[in-house]
Amino acid sequence: MLYFIEQCLNGVQLGMLLFLLAAGLTLVFGIMDLVNLAHGSLYMLGAYFAATFAVLTGSFVLAIVLALIASLVVGMVLEVVAIRRLYERSHLDQVLGTFGLLLFFDEAVRLIWGPAGMTLALPPEMLTAIQLIPGVYYPIYRLVIILVALAVAALLYFMVMRTRLGMLIRAGASNREMVGALGINIKLLYTLVFGLGAALAGFAGVMQAPILTVQIGMGENILILAFVVIIIGGIGSIRGAFVAAVFVGLVDNLGRAFLPDILHRILSTNAAATLGPALSSMSIYMVMAAILVFRPEGLFPAASR
Amino acid sequence: MTAPLLDSSLAAPSRSWLTPGNALPAGLIAILALIPVYAAVTGDTFAMTLFTRVLILALGATSLNLIMGYGGMVSFGHAAYLGIGGYAVGILAKEGIGSGFVQWPAAIAASAIYALVVGALSLRTRGVYFIMITLAFAQMIYYVAIGLDRYGGDDGLTIYKRSTFGGLIDLNNKALFYYLCFALLMASIYLTARLINSRFGLTIRGARSNDRRMRAIGFPTFRYRLVCFAIAGALCGLAGALLANHTNFISPALMHWTRSGDLIVMVVLGGLGSLFGPLVGAATFLLLEEGLSRITQYPDLILGPVLLLVAIYVNGGIEGLIEGRWRG
Amino acid sequence: MLRIGLLAATALALAAGPATAQDKTVKIGFISTFSGPTAAIGNDMKNSFELGLDHVGRKLGGLPVEVIYEDDTQKPEVGVQKTQKLIESDHVDFVVGYIWSNVLLASLKPLVDSKTMTVVTNAGASQLAGELCSPYVFSTSWNNDQTPEAMGLYMNQKGIKKAFLIGPNYAAGRDMLAGLKLTYKGEVIGEEYTRWPDQLDFSAELSKARAANPDAIYVFYPGGAGVQFITQYVQAGLKGQIPLYQVFTIDELSLPRLKDLAVGIPGAQEWVNDLPNETNKKFVADYIAKYNKRPSFYGAQTYDAVGLIDSAVTAVKGDLTQKEAMRKEMEKADFKSVRGPFKFGNNHIPIQNFYLQDVVKQGDDYVLKTVATIVKDDQDRFHDKCPMK
Repeated sequence: MLYFIEQCLNGVQLGMLLFLLAAGLTLVFGIMDLVNLAHGSLYMLGAYFAATFAVLTGSFVLAIVLALIASLVVGMVLEVVAIRRLYERSHLDQVLGTFGLLLFFDEAVRLIWGPAGMTLALPPEMLTAIQLIPGVYYPIYRLVIILVALAVAALLYFMVMRTRLGMLIRAGASNREMVGALGINIKLLYTLVFGLGAALAGFAGVMQAPILTVQIGMGENILILAFVVIIIGGIGSIRGAFVAAVFVGLVDNLGRAFLPDILHRILSTNAAATLGPALSSMSIYMVMAAILVFRPEGLFPAASR
Repeated sequence: MTAPLLDSSLAAPSRSWLTPGNALPAGLIAILALIPVYAAVTGDTFAMTLFTRVLILALGATSLNLIMGYGGMVSFGHAAYLGIGGYAVGILAKEGIGSGFVQWPAAIAASAIYALVVGALSLRTRGVYFIMITLAFAQMIYYVAIGLDRYGGDDGLTIYKRSTFGGLIDLNNKALFYYLCFALLMASIYLTARLINSRFGLTIRGARSNDRRMRAIGFPTFRYRLVCFAIAGALCGLAGALLANHTNFISPALMHWTRSGDLIVMVVLGGLGSLFGPLVGAATFLLLEEGLSRITQYPDLILGPVLLLVAIYVNGGIEGLIEGRWRG
Repeated sequence: MLRIGLLAATALALAAGPATAQDKTVKIGFISTFSGPTAAIGNDMKNSFELGLDHVGRKLGGLPVEVIYEDDTQKPEVGVQKTQKLIESDHVDFVVGYIWSNVLLASLKPLVDSKTMTVVTNAGASQLAGELCSPYVFSTSWNNDQTPEAMGLYMNQKGIKKAFLIGPNYAAGRDMLAGLKLTYKGEVIGEEYTRWPDQLDFSAELSKARAANPDAIYVFYPGGAGVQFITQYVQAGLKGQIPLYQVFTIDELSLPRLKDLAVGIPGAQEWVNDLPNETNKKFVADYIAKYNKRPSFYGAQTYDAVGLIDSAVTAVKGDLTQKEAMRKEMEKADFKSVRGPFKFGNNHIPIQNFYLQDVVKQGDDYVLKTVATIVKDDQDRFHDKCPMK
């Protein structure tokens, strides 16, 4: 039971990271109708920036802040230079173009930082576990990730629901042409939204960096999961992304943790060990396929086109 | 937005062979036909290996073009069929069934069946949702392959003996294998040409233009598209069987979504909806990859932006290519 | 227009391609991992190989050497592709390297089919020691079972009654855990395999271990994954609660990053920095002088490949077509190895000693020290399955 609680926490933690990644993706997709395969590259860049700044400044917190700013800047520059030319194109062209960007960023990172990858060391205070409830030890840092991501989610919610910028974003998500017609500076709005998405992705990369290592191509695997999240949650909906992200995180984690044991009763240990994670990974896609068949707009669709 | 009932893309293509648009593919085919001769003369077996790969992936791209270029169905899960075909050969080989007469039909059949299932569930969706759901099905089969412990799982499976055809043809002979792939590729292009110009094909292309109108006229477009999808899957499964023989190795990585991305790139590079486009695209992509990696340590620094530029600028967008010019 | 341009450009690039006529050199293809978290291993191997070549004056058997380094990115499908490229496109005389058992197994067929002389400097897949052994393939490392078998013997000595095993789910990972069970006499109360290579988050497995309450945890995670595991083991508060025994998880590469975290965690190995023979002393000293850090066992094994190849090329007086003669010479293991003298078994896997190593703090430095010899002249269990005599 206690082990189950710990695994649920891990699932929530993964879900929080997926949310950070998916939020940016769903905003960009919902408002600018852009499929961005390079979103994972922004996640990777965030992690690399943080690792580099940590080495340069010696401070973990400062590294995170600087990395966030850097991600925001890179995102906005990328939008102005390349992304905005893809808005008018079909999704297929966007897939092709952003796929090219993905390849480019992987290679650029190899050029600048070398192929070996980096590490981001945690400050020593975070290197222990605390007992949440008797018998359940949880590493402090993972708890921090959950809390910080929740805070970001809350901030995002506040921004989207209570500020003027947020209102424009919501309006753009449901009816882009109208917002343009109302005389809002669409170009600037788009740049800001893309930058925000990039900062969120970079932040996810930064948070994940001390647990996994920082390496080339780290965005590719998680990017697909993020797409699954936004499809399940509904394109353009941050609320949907949050619910779907936690759901996907839990399914993936609990599946990885418990399916091998369940399968172990029928199969050999390492067959169960390979099949278990494979099945739990598959199950996420099966859920997405099922949702698309029955509810193609996702759980909480934002667009009413 | 609505195209006239008889727009130019539905007209029968020109019958004359040597138009300027045909010069490039014709030249390419001539070069491809002579590669084994070149290899025999210079002793450069690597060229043959590289171009065999071009031929096989061109077959895969041709099958994707059938549904994507002509049918408007953008599948981001087409690499799954390369894998299914390859694993059919690999699994049967490991279980002691080495005959190509069993392996290859199995590869084609398995791919066709999976395509039917995927198509039945996916073809009701449109646009980006169709892209995502085909991706989902490809990822599912990818994870199934990883879970296949007995057949190597993530580590892949070495195929010790190529498919045997009872003495009819020895696939270990590189030149023979090359010409087999060449013949199969030409056959599929011919098959595609016949298909798209048949009533079946016209229905598919009409459905891409305006599905509702086609249905209103009385065509059961869903059924047609499903069959088309299955044919494309089957062809790609054949490509998978060829690939497994070529590399003597099969692994789940072949079905990763980035491989499906590669196939899409090949089709788009070559020109969506043109018969020889996938061949041109496959050759361009693979040769670029190979060539760039010889010149520079960082090939994607060039390849990436090239893809981006193609996406932004080529022929006023890919749509323009489909709607306007028609190349047979 | 764009397309024609692209095609023309690529054709040109390709024409610049295949190897031109060569003077008599020894061409060596080197396959290792140079990207991602395990790149440090590849670099260590490359450094050691280069140092070895320096020590023989950049000539093998009197002939100048050309080395082509290829990156397998830790993936079997990339490894087999690069292997084929080295054989078919670069026409190498020797192939050296292979860190990962799964990459090696995928690449074996092209090597054996093309009769390319191969020296495997790390991967120890049991199939290579058994039914897939080949006259053309030699190993300067070990069989995957041997090191864990040694550790099992040691754990018996320490009186460990209940053990919990954790390892990655690929060929070597399974071998490492299976190998322990061959000699370990206590009870295995848990066995967890994690997804390899991308699962670097071991919280689930560590929780299970804690819940099972064993006398000790036994672990195998090479490269950067090892750093992650040890770090998370400490982060979870388990150090001091449940002792850890490891193979290949803590080495000279990971030690500088782990520092205090690794102190007191014992491991087994066929080579440690401080082995007292002359060749080793020179190797370690020159390595530190040239690269400003310590070599690991990966490097030591790769350094030995130079000596092995040199002995072969010298024996045939530079005539690299004499593969039979080279093979016979290599089977004698007649060169100076950093692990001291050793013999090859019939399957071309070394018969050698295994030592217990511990992590000790010396001033500001963290080093691995040889504490004892666990077993002498150990031979792998699979040599009977190999048809070679």
